[in-house]
Amino acid sequence: IISTVEFNHTGELLATGDKGGRVVIFQREPESKNEPYNQGEYNVYSTFQSHEPEFDYLKSLEIEEKINKIKWLPQQNAAHSLLSTNDKTIKLWKITERDKRPEGYNLKDEEGKLKDLSTVTSLQVPVLKPMDLMVEVTPRRIFANGHTYHVNSISVNSDCETYMSADDLRINLWHLAITDRSFNIVDIKPANMEDLTEVITASEFHPHHCNLFVYSSSKGSLRLCDMRASALCDKHSKLYEEPEDPSNRSFFSEIISSVSDVKFSHSGRYMLTRDYLTVKVWDLNMETKPVETYQVHDYLRSKLCSLYENDCIFDKFECAWNGSDSVIMTGAYNNFFRMFDRNTKRDVTLEASRESSKPRAILKPRRVCVGGKRRKDDISVDSLDFTKKILHTAWHPTENIIAIAATNNLYIFQDKVNSEMH
Amino acid sequence: MFVRGLKRKCFDGEEDIEGTLAGIKAIPSYNLQRQSLLDMSLVKLQLCHMLVEPNLCRSVLIANTVRQIQEEMTQDGTWQMINTQSTGQASLDRLVSTDILCRSSREQAEGKHVPGYSTFNKDFEGDQAQDSSETMSTASSVQAPRNLQSNVWEMENTQENKGNFQKSLDQIFETLENKSPNSVEDLFSEVDNSYYDLDTMLTGMMSNTKMGHCDGLETFSSPATATSNSNCKSDLNELDHIVEILVES
Repeated sequence: IISTVEFNHTGELLATGDKGGRVVIFQREPESKNEPYNQGEYNVYSTFQSHEPEFDYLKSLEIEEKINKIKWLPQQNAAHSLLSTNDKTIKLWKITERDKRPEGYNLKDEEGKLKDLSTVTSLQVPVLKPMDLMVEVTPRRIFANGHTYHVNSISVNSDCETYMSADDLRINLWHLAITDRSFNIVDIKPANMEDLTEVITASEFHPHHCNLFVYSSSKGSLRLCDMRASALCDKHSKLYEEPEDPSNRSFFSEIISSVSDVKFSHSGRYMLTRDYLTVKVWDLNMETKPVETYQVHDYLRSKLCSLYENDCIFDKFECAWNGSDSVIMTGAYNNFFRMFDRNTKRDVTLEASRESSKPRAILKPRRVCVGGKRRKDDISVDSLDFTKKILHTAWHPTENIIAIAATNNLYIFQDKVNSEMH
Repeated sequence: MFVRGLKRKCFDGEEDIEGTLAGIKAIPSYNLQRQSLLDMSLVKLQLCHMLVEPNLCRSVLIANTVRQIQEEMTQDGTWQMINTQSTGQASLDRLVSTDILCRSSREQAEGKHVPGYSTFNKDFEGDQAQDSSETMSTASSVQAPRNLQSNVWEMENTQENKGNFQKSLDQIFETLENKSPNSVEDLFSEVDNSYYDLDTMLTGMMSNTKMGHCDGLETFSSPATATSNSNCKSDLNELDHIVEILVES
């Protein structure tokens, strides 16, 4: 079961983490003129076991090895690096390629055995000869014991030196090179745990300002914090909260307002949040309400009690921006995912399933009907499969390529006609 | 707080009527719906995985929902304060409900252990190990798996002192203990379809025909009967709801 999907900064690599603690990295094939239709496909580049299940002896509880989040570090040399985290431990992995090996040692023979020195008559300089590409992945840092609660997000700072990790109640700031120390920058744990009513659900650093970060809460609010203001950023600089709509209020109002994901736009001007029924675009300069709200699956509003009973109401969907911040995307049920064009205000529902997507076939828009006329191929709300949920989606940083995780399968869709950003 | 009688939305005609409910169908009262939701929430809080730490966000959201319901019930004045019996055991970790739910979940194939209700509070404090071992020892002290019904009555004498947050649950179960065993049989068959309407009622929709189909409600297959108006009986119904969920899930 895929639990996270993330493109690297160039889009050349795509990393997925799964429930078994494995990370699979896909690499995009370079485009070649000979086969124009094979260009740009993603193939497996490397697979490694990132986390193993652990047992917390103090609490008598298992620590799941499921990878909650992967974040790529900006590439600084030939190697690629990424951070992967489970509930408790964050690891820094370095991915290197080896495609040459030295041959012609003086003291060792081809198999590495020491040569009989009497046979050495002349000296030679070892040369590098090409070999089959080998991808090596090594753990470079292990950031452990930083969190009492479950880590839900990690975010690399734009300074490329620090990153933060957030759990339900606290956010820590780490230096990428230092594993035995981290700074706590947000702590919302109440003195008496029985007073706990709100938890942190997601957090992210601003893409350009290394001192700013945002975190979202289960009550639907966003807090923008400035690390220059104080060491402990419990006091927010800005609080983004939309007042409740009294006409829609129910016992489930709070649950569906809980923000499951927050993403800064590439420009850094906007934030995208996902709650159970909507995605919202917030302007950093306006705290009172979002500038745009899009209904993802409003037809579920009348089914909240059933969804509460089967726990679907607690599903955490992610959201994504496209490279130019003009289109936003999020997943839904029945293997549907939705895209909203912010400029044209048009939206589309697509399905990620084997039946509906043969290679190079064009996806057909889907529609969920709630009443009234029902067209052919429409799906009624009651036939939706709530076990097929698309929680994790990612968008290539520059091109119209999206990665969709549907339970066990990864789908990569490309927009061939309009490969460039508009 | 909760707005009733809101605009209704259109539903597909095909969702009209289950064949078994031709004619009059009593729409359960709002109080009953609310009680059902409360009980469902309390059950959710209890049925946590024991091997892995429960999801804190989910627990907090459910707890807030419970609190909200209880606040509203208190405001409405429907919350009858029943005197709690105290048997002298001061431990907050032993609850009637705990044992019932522990046993019932053990009878299930999954074999999940159910932490005590008070473990929920303690969970927040991170003392899970301690509480879970207490709970498990409580559960394991029961000899053979018994019929769920008899469990309820046997627990009469193990009433414990409760914290204020747990009082609500206690009152539900105390009400249960005062009932005669004879009515249990009837009540078990009186599973109503109020859940279907729970959707519509609790989300502010008016509906008289909608039978919400959802995976989670497949267990509620019995036809609805008119539910009583008395608070006590409705509490009893809701307990059976819980039992029904546990037994059939």
